[in-house]
Amino acid sequence: MDIFGMPVQALLAQLMIGLVNGCFYAVLSLGLAVIFGMLHVINFTHGAMFMLGALLSWAGLYYFELNYWVMLFLAPLVVGAFGIVLERLFLKRIYKLDYLYGLLLTLGLTLIIEGAVRSAYGVSGKPYGPAPISGVTDLGFLMIPNYRLWVIVASLLVCAATWYTIERTRLGAYLRAATENARLVEAFGINVPVLVSLTFGFGVALAAFAGVLAAPIMQVSALTGQTMIVIVFAVVVIGGMGSIAGTVVTGIGLGLVEALTKVYYPEASSMVMFLVMVLVLLVRPNGLFGGVE
Amino acid sequence: MNSATQTPALAVRDLHAWYGESHVLQGVDFDVQHGEVVTLLGRNGAGRTTTLRALLGLTGRRSGSIRLFGQPAIGLSTHRIARLGVGYCPEERGIFASLNCEENLLLPPLFKGTEAGLSLDEIYRLFPNLEERKHSPGTALSGGEQQMLALARILRTGARLLLLDEVSEGLAPVIVDTLGQAIQELRRRGYTILLVEQNFHFSAALSDRLLFMESGRIIDTLTPDQLNDNADKVARMLSV
Repeated sequence: MDIFGMPVQALLAQLMIGLVNGCFYAVLSLGLAVIFGMLHVINFTHGAMFMLGALLSWAGLYYFELNYWVMLFLAPLVVGAFGIVLERLFLKRIYKLDYLYGLLLTLGLTLIIEGAVRSAYGVSGKPYGPAPISGVTDLGFLMIPNYRLWVIVASLLVCAATWYTIERTRLGAYLRAATENARLVEAFGINVPVLVSLTFGFGVALAAFAGVLAAPIMQVSALTGQTMIVIVFAVVVIGGMGSIAGTVVTGIGLGLVEALTKVYYPEASSMVMFLVMVLVLLVRPNGLFGGVE
Repeated sequence: MNSATQTPALAVRDLHAWYGESHVLQGVDFDVQHGEVVTLLGRNGAGRTTTLRALLGLTGRRSGSIRLFGQPAIGLSTHRIARLGVGYCPEERGIFASLNCEENLLLPPLFKGTEAGLSLDEIYRLFPNLEERKHSPGTALSGGEQQMLALARILRTGARLLLLDEVSEGLAPVIVDTLGQAIQELRRRGYTILLVEQNFHFSAALSDRLLFMESGRIIDTLTPDQLNDNADKVARMLSV
């Protein structure tokens, strides 16, 4: 059976790849949106943090024989701690300035991080080796590698846990309140600077988590994050900053749109995101799920 | 009576505060005793709201001395000042739109090392409206309900000094009465309260002392019974 001249099997296979990519976009843009809400910083280092997560996952296995499951836990912690150091050293100095300064500062940090990794490891990709979960599952209409199923499940679980933390817990209430009016939250006796540091650490830890998930699928190299960050910025712009669920839906949706474009008109697949972004901005300047500011 | 009653709850000496280049407080001096209700009165721009904000470190640069329950507070960061036992109800009320009524109410953390505040039940008894509206988003509340919420949420924390900015502003008389009764009740329970008010009659009925501010200083202090004898002076100090 064909759909618009494309065998269903091939179409579904592409959609599955799109779903996996969409999950990466969702986890990454979620971290970016949480950071922006709290710090008002457009975090350009997000792609580099994704790359560091993947690299640490590779390095843990290569140098210390720490397996994937250890690094899935450890790499986000290390990258999160690194993020907190960067926030304390650099970012906290620019909160009172225009957004542009945050973008420039994080772009500079990104160039330093990626440059350091490039000079240590070069630009050619490091193969991670065999995926930690082997085998394929027959879904009846499609054979899918088990590892990709795991990526989808793990991403959705992390997104759901993040949503729960922000919308349903006391810590999340502090976060939501501080996003609205940080000075007043501080006047209630809450240590907002610590909350801000933790938020940044958590946001970049999400990126590193996505990086570990991606390591067995993508090539790990200094430039791994660069293509990712541009796409993820587009996802955040399209989804708007308003809602967590909206960010996740947009991420996955755009992964699927990209996959469909690869099937039917591969030449446009790397620009379709930006086409969607232009259209959305024309119709809804605050993004699909963005509130009115 | 314990020894804490010997030192004032709040002692302010030669307090100066700036917003950027503008020198708003120019040497404010006053004390508030434990359990006392004191109102800052004055024209717009006299520095009353700035005085409350400066106590919490919410202005720009400050100098002078602030002692809260005997402890020096001017060098502390805002959240540490709050944890000495201060509750702040800002003029704009500051109800969070992304939190519902009860989340707003439960947001401020309980302080360690201060006396326990009111329980949630006691707060709902004081403001029954808030219990009815507890699942409503913060901004779906009426102006009066928002003001009750802004006052109620600082009562749980164990704060003993309440800084209340323009509680009665823009509200219907019946709501103003409710808030007045609540403040009376808090006073009976031994809270120390510093009010900023436009509504002279509202505050005169509640306060032990009235402090008059002008150009960033306190220029006079009266008790409510001295008001009648000083009606001319009061009119001069408050008129635009």
